[in-house]
Amino acid sequence: MPLTEKDGFIEWTRKSQSQRIRSHATWITAMVLFVFAARYISEQTIWIFVLDAPRQAQDFISRMFPPDMRYFNRAIGALWDTLNIAIFGTLVAILVSVPIAILAAKNTTPHFVLRAIALAIIVGSRSVNSLIWALLIVQITGPGLFAGVLAIAIRSVGMISKLLYESIEEINREPIEATLATGATRSQTFVYAYVPQLMPIFVGITVYRWEINIRESTIIGIVGGGGIGFLLNSAINRLAWNQAVVILITILVTVIIAEWVSAKIRAKVT
Amino acid sequence: MSSHAQTTWTKPRFIKSWLLRYLLFAALIVYVVAAVMSFGINPARIARGLGSFGNIFGAFLRPDFISRNTQIWQGVSESIAMTVGATAIGVLLSIPLSLGAASNLSPLPVYLLSRAILVTIRSLHVVVLAILFVIMLGFGPFAGALTLVLNSVGFIGKLLSEEIENIDEESLEAVRATGATWSQVVAYGVWPQVVTRVIGISIYRMDINFRQSTVIGLVGAGGIGAVLDTAMGRYDFSTAGAILIVIIGLVLCGEYFSSAIRRRLT
Repeated sequence: MPLTEKDGFIEWTRKSQSQRIRSHATWITAMVLFVFAARYISEQTIWIFVLDAPRQAQDFISRMFPPDMRYFNRAIGALWDTLNIAIFGTLVAILVSVPIAILAAKNTTPHFVLRAIALAIIVGSRSVNSLIWALLIVQITGPGLFAGVLAIAIRSVGMISKLLYESIEEINREPIEATLATGATRSQTFVYAYVPQLMPIFVGITVYRWEINIRESTIIGIVGGGGIGFLLNSAINRLAWNQAVVILITILVTVIIAEWVSAKIRAKVT
Repeated sequence: MSSHAQTTWTKPRFIKSWLLRYLLFAALIVYVVAAVMSFGINPARIARGLGSFGNIFGAFLRPDFISRNTQIWQGVSESIAMTVGATAIGVLLSIPLSLGAASNLSPLPVYLLSRAILVTIRSLHVVVLAILFVIMLGFGPFAGALTLVLNSVGFIGKLLSEEIENIDEESLEAVRATGATWSQVVAYGVWPQVVTRVIGISIYRMDINFRQSTVIGLVGAGGIGAVLDTAMGRYDFSTAGAILIVIIGLVLCGEYFSSAIRRRLT
């Protein structure tokens, strides 16, 4: 307790002397960093364009109304593609991540070199955003849905494998020893002792990633990944804000539904 | 178990009814076929792409940090500046908003309004936000910083308001019993209980902001993503490879420091 005696009274303060100095020092450092950052950004900014912003915003918001409801049919068609990108991206990612997670977990990896490789794959996949992956993949496959699926898949592999290998490492050893004691082989142990323990976690991770992938796949079209993001990009480029707003609403509803479905399933498995 | 003399144990089926099982199976196959057909995979294009894959991959393996190092350096500084600025302002803005969005502190109208603001912000993807801000404010890191501010407010606001709703009511009660005003209740009852979480969430968000700052550049909002986009646009894959390595390295550093600090906090 930071109590100090002063003129015969014991006084309570919230912080002791050293705590106060530390907190001031942290604040000052943070402020200095912030000022540097703000000055740097301001140097890079053309302020005339910024001052123009309210007029620009008013302009495109006024162009949004009335929304072009006939465009909704196009949006639904593209939404089907978007859903497929998310679903297949997740499926492909699962197929790849399960072996990678097994290689990456300390207790199931056959060799530490393989473990290092698996961890490197996970790190690389996780650190690069799916839009950047899409940008690279479009160079190889050409723009389209397939590029989107691959980009989403590559990005998801890192996260799914990371969460999965962490739960493999924290697995309960007792059922495994019990299964081994019956004379089960390695693969039988895996199927009967590891899989049942991991299944709920695995389903949870997959559904959670699928939900994220729905969000990502709505915008992956902006860099050529196909789906509804492609329509959004072209609507914005044509300044067809009354169509863009229809697409934005479609995306919004889809994301909310996906979030709800994902929350329901995850509540059920855990 | 059936009435037959079944001596070996078999795993119970996930879906008990065989009819339902096969119907679901068939539906799945139909869906997969329909979806794959709709992808329009073009083998000729991919074959051509794979030809250039060798070139691209080879170029990535020979990353070139030198010839565009001023641009890379500038992109990195922009990304870091955007991250720092946006996290600071985002935290400042989200604290009052999350007080408003906590049902145990705020009257119903304020609560509903704050929740509505949070839901609206959160529903917009960061790239869509970035596109809108770039149109309004012009290209550059200012649009990016504002994008990240708004995105951070949605994220921190949600986590923090949940945190505030879960605080210990008894100490609130005790502070209220001394006759404290609303702001005193917040300062002496709520704040001490959530301050470590505020710091933790802010640092976590800073980490996320840096990741986001690498991608919003693709739509013109400044930062390292813009430099990457330019490099890819001019088929300069060696530079692109160097930028990717820089991004991965910085993201890893950010993640390491953020989790190290958060571990010390708890």
